[in-house]
Amino acid sequence: MIEMRDVAFAYPRGGALFQGLTLSLPRGSFHFLTGPSGAGKTTFLRMCIADLLPTAGKLTLFGQDAATMGRDAIAGLRRRVGLVHQDTQFLDHLPVAENIALPMMVAGEPIDMGAIRDLLAWVQMTGQARSMPPALSGGERQRAALARAVILSPDVILADEPTGNLDWDMSLRLLQLLVELNRSGKTVLVATHDLNLIRAAKQQVSARVLRIAGGRLQTAGAEL
Amino acid sequence: MTGTPRKPSARSAAADRLRAAARRAPRIAKADLKALDVPTLWRGLIGRQAGLADRIVPRTGNSARLTVFAAAVMAFLAVFALALALATGRLADRWAEGLAQTVTVRVSAPADEMEAQTAAVTEALRTTPGVAEIRPLPSDEVEKLLEPWFGPDVPVDALPVPRLIEVHTTRDFDAAGLRLRLQGEAPGAVLDDHTQWRQPLVSAASRLRLLGWLSLALIGAAGAAIVTLAAQAALAANGQVIRVMRLIGARDLTIAQAFVRRLTRRAALGAAIGTALGMLAILALPDMQPAGDFLTGLGFTGWGWLLPLLIPPLGALVGFAATRAAALRMLREVR
Repeated sequence: MIEMRDVAFAYPRGGALFQGLTLSLPRGSFHFLTGPSGAGKTTFLRMCIADLLPTAGKLTLFGQDAATMGRDAIAGLRRRVGLVHQDTQFLDHLPVAENIALPMMVAGEPIDMGAIRDLLAWVQMTGQARSMPPALSGGERQRAALARAVILSPDVILADEPTGNLDWDMSLRLLQLLVELNRSGKTVLVATHDLNLIRAAKQQVSARVLRIAGGRLQTAGAEL
Repeated sequence: MTGTPRKPSARSAAADRLRAAARRAPRIAKADLKALDVPTLWRGLIGRQAGLADRIVPRTGNSARLTVFAAAVMAFLAVFALALALATGRLADRWAEGLAQTVTVRVSAPADEMEAQTAAVTEALRTTPGVAEIRPLPSDEVEKLLEPWFGPDVPVDALPVPRLIEVHTTRDFDAAGLRLRLQGEAPGAVLDDHTQWRQPLVSAASRLRLLGWLSLALIGAAGAAIVTLAAQAALAANGQVIRVMRLIGARDLTIAQAFVRRLTRRAALGAAIGTALGMLAILALPDMQPAGDFLTGLGFTGWGWLLPLLIPPLGALVGFAATRAAALRMLREVR
């Protein structure tokens, strides 16, 4: 689904962030992406939604070369990828339910309130449909972001430090939701520097760990 | 791993929903493409309720009011520019028509030769191609013409006033040929085809008409510029909205549509208000007809009253095009 071959990336007027990245994320896989702060985990995820393009090498997303994708094709790609952003970006003037419904509207789908209610129940936020995003706690925001990410049943779920601001219990709850999605056939990639979270996933799912360090991607290889 | 206390039915229902959504995926792509062509976009604009799409952009009261106000002012001015263009057009047409279809022959001769000269001129006119009607001006009409200078009860017969003959002509009338002929047959007769005084007026009226249309075009351009600025300000103030929408897979047109709908409606509302006020103001202008033929009144006549009604839809169209162009241009800067 996502393939990189000898991919390098450098920000303008900055040194090379990483180079020689080669990997493949097959359908239904579960990966953790780790590495120290500033190693490029978020940049890596942004490349996975064609928000950034590699400065060298080849990036293939759902069989298409990212370098040749037009803006509409990129938009289409993002509808197949559910992103749980580090900052859980919402439209703060819309209630939670409408934020979750946005991908449906964007895709030209009728708003399915039943699906939204089910998803809110799934992320244990029944009763929060009308809450405004600024009124939510960190954990609620992350879970609402996850609900929005999966409303269109995307093929891939990308989560960028989803538990960064959460206590341990809430982190585990979110992890379980991601595991459930993986069990339903979704490809999941979670960027985190929380090794405890990775260890906690050990009992739940067969996952691989990718580590970015020193500008290189190291594949831990062993399944957890 | 800690289990989460949830109802199995909710989980199962959620999974069912996800699977159903996955089955719908090909239709989503098709519907999306279909929904983004310009006519559909336009239908979306005039639709009564666009639902969630209408609320993506947060409402900003002040800028909304300013956009409506600016559009109203532009429409108000456009009504007057249109009235000016139409009125000067009527004036120029009438003067040009008069110029082309009437001439005057002035016969100046000693009293004892006046009748003979007049008869010679009349005879020459009768046999001149392009002359449709000859009408010697009776004394009372000449008296009326002289009244502004000599006062009432002018003794026309006692004054050496030239005899005037009004001639109605057709398109094949040759003024230069008649002038030459009169020089030979009635040396005291002078042909006045009114060119000297009417031509500059016709020219001035034509230029005023051009100015009116030019003003309309400039008002339209200024309106487009104002809406473009409003759109750019709205887009700049809603960077977060654009970023979020792009992240969840919104196409440029989908995002632009939210801004376009909002601003087009404001432009249309403002233009409707301005047009209504402008038409009322034109209606309230004093009727110039009794004051004389020169100013026939700045305003509309007959079907002309329907023309200003085109201003609101045109205003909406300008708002639509300007916002759409500004939005798409700006959105291309966001990946």
